[in-house]
Amino acid sequence: MTTITIPEGMPQFDDVPRFDVAAVRADFPILDRQVNGHPLVYLDSANTSHKPRQVLDALTEHYALHNANVSRSVHTLGTEATEAYDGARAKIAAFVNAPSVDEVVFTKNSTEAINIVAYAFSNASPRADADPRFRLGPGDEIVISEMEHHSNIVPWQLLAERTGATLRWFPVTDQGRLDESGLDDLVTERTKIVSLVHMSNILGTVNATARITARVREVGALLLLDCSQSVPHLPIDVVDLDADFIVFTGHKMCGPTGVGVLWGRGELLAAMPPVFGGGSMIETVTMAGSTFAAPPARFEAGTPPIAGAVALGAAVDYLTGIGMRAIQWHEKELTAYALDALSAVPDLRIFGPTVPVGRGGTISFALGDIHPHDVGQVLDSLGVQVRVGHHCAKPVCTRFGVPAMTRASFYLYTTTEEIDALVGGLEQVRKVFD
Amino acid sequence: MQLDQLYQEIILDHYKRPHGRGLRDAEDPADQVAEAHHVNPTCGDEVTVRVATDGDVLHDISYDGMGCSISQASASVLHELLRGRGAGEAFAVHEAFVELMSGRGQVTPDEDVLGDGVAFAGVARYPARVKCALLPWMAFKDAAARAGVGASPEVKA
Ligand SMILES: Cc1ncc(COP(=O)(O)O)c(C=O)c1O
Repeated sequence: MTTITIPEGMPQFDDVPRFDVAAVRADFPILDRQVNGHPLVYLDSANTSHKPRQVLDALTEHYALHNANVSRSVHTLGTEATEAYDGARAKIAAFVNAPSVDEVVFTKNSTEAINIVAYAFSNASPRADADPRFRLGPGDEIVISEMEHHSNIVPWQLLAERTGATLRWFPVTDQGRLDESGLDDLVTERTKIVSLVHMSNILGTVNATARITARVREVGALLLLDCSQSVPHLPIDVVDLDADFIVFTGHKMCGPTGVGVLWGRGELLAAMPPVFGGGSMIETVTMAGSTFAAPPARFEAGTPPIAGAVALGAAVDYLTGIGMRAIQWHEKELTAYALDALSAVPDLRIFGPTVPVGRGGTISFALGDIHPHDVGQVLDSLGVQVRVGHHCAKPVCTRFGVPAMTRASFYLYTTTEEIDALVGGLEQVRKVFD
Repeated sequence: MQLDQLYQEIILDHYKRPHGRGLRDAEDPADQVAEAHHVNPTCGDEVTVRVATDGDVLHDISYDGMGCSISQASASVLHELLRGRGAGEAFAVHEAFVELMSGRGQVTPDEDVLGDGVAFAGVARYPARVKCALLPWMAFKDAAARAGVGASPEVKA
């Protein structure tokens, strides 16, 4: 057994922060439902998380009582809506320890946040008066990794095509870790930006970034971390991380769909050209041309996801109330339990780290040569919801020589009984297809 | 149990023991040979279907691919149903299969037309899996068109 659970009654039991999982589950209305005649076993939180009543209430309360557009009215409702929207920004800034509220840009999701940075490079590249850190051309390099989500691949491929820059990749080791052995050859004076996933949505790996950050600073490049999977599950402090940009997405962290965040160092955002043009992002507009607002407004053209941001603020309050350290520890225990339980399933191969260290609660695997679609379908008939497919990370599937994987992912409301249901379900899968 | 409607014995049989799998050259060198490779972008399943025809009869339909039980069994059934058939007949079967799969479980399949294909009636109730079942059939349609036996005008798929 490699479980790391500290039994109740041991002196160490109180050394780690804990919360009452049953009480947390009671906050999530959807967890009461049945699926195909079985209690719901939701193991797909890496895809999207469920929302507690507190978040749903914030959403309806906003629409029911404070609905108005933001930043453009003097009336009472407009003022309330603006205060709520700005208040949400402050909560999110505090959640990731951003030095300034103005460093938090609301976007639609992580994908849009990454694209904003990529297109800012595009827009700056042809302009001699643009900040040189954002100018790219032939000979310049963009570095990503083989374990990225497509959201952190395609925008850079397109940017490289538009500018003539070269895209380079960190490889992944057989254990599913980022291969940093070639760091000094990969990140060089030619590198303009390094964009890496903080926690892999497919392998579960949490990347240690200190060496990479040091190298990025040494060569004068910029560092973006895709924190879509880490912000929901671990305490994140942008000052500690020392990145230049991070992105995350509301729906994976108990918030609603339709709202995400780009955090950038204030000085960098100020130097970055706008991407979308429209209302709210301008300083002044004349027929001869326009000048632009300071960040974050510069990057929030048009009516933003107001209610979504407010509800995301409520999600952050909810997570903070439970405590990110406690959530992290809960998931660490679950991951240790699940790795142990899955390793006892015949013919099961785990992709990614097989020890609960430097990884989060997202575990991808193959069950013999049974196709993940079929695994997922049988599990669904038992109420167990897992994700199957390439998980928007095809290069990882290619790296491990499979077209698709089955993935179970956990969150604060996940229980060991649910992991048992998964393991039991896998027995059933083997019976149907053996 | 619901699952049995999806994973009918016939489907599992075709999956475990596929008929006519593997890409083949035409026996008759005079045949037109063409193939099409289709991918299901949501899951990464792939299939290549190759058609060998003299313009009237589909002498061979061979295929290769990787994917779930539904897509692989569907390719096997496609091969079995359409190989050696006249192009007109083959497209009528194609149309019936597409209609069955688009019917959300409301279409009663005709076994005389669809043979083992009737086993896919249950799949039509699982919208996420309809694409799996159709993957080889869509590749077949493209391959046939490339081999010069396009669908007749009244056939829409
Ligand atoms: C690591 C990672 N990056 C980016 C994304 C994209 O998130 P969204 O679809 O919300 O933009 C996801 C989610 O699927 C993810 O897991």
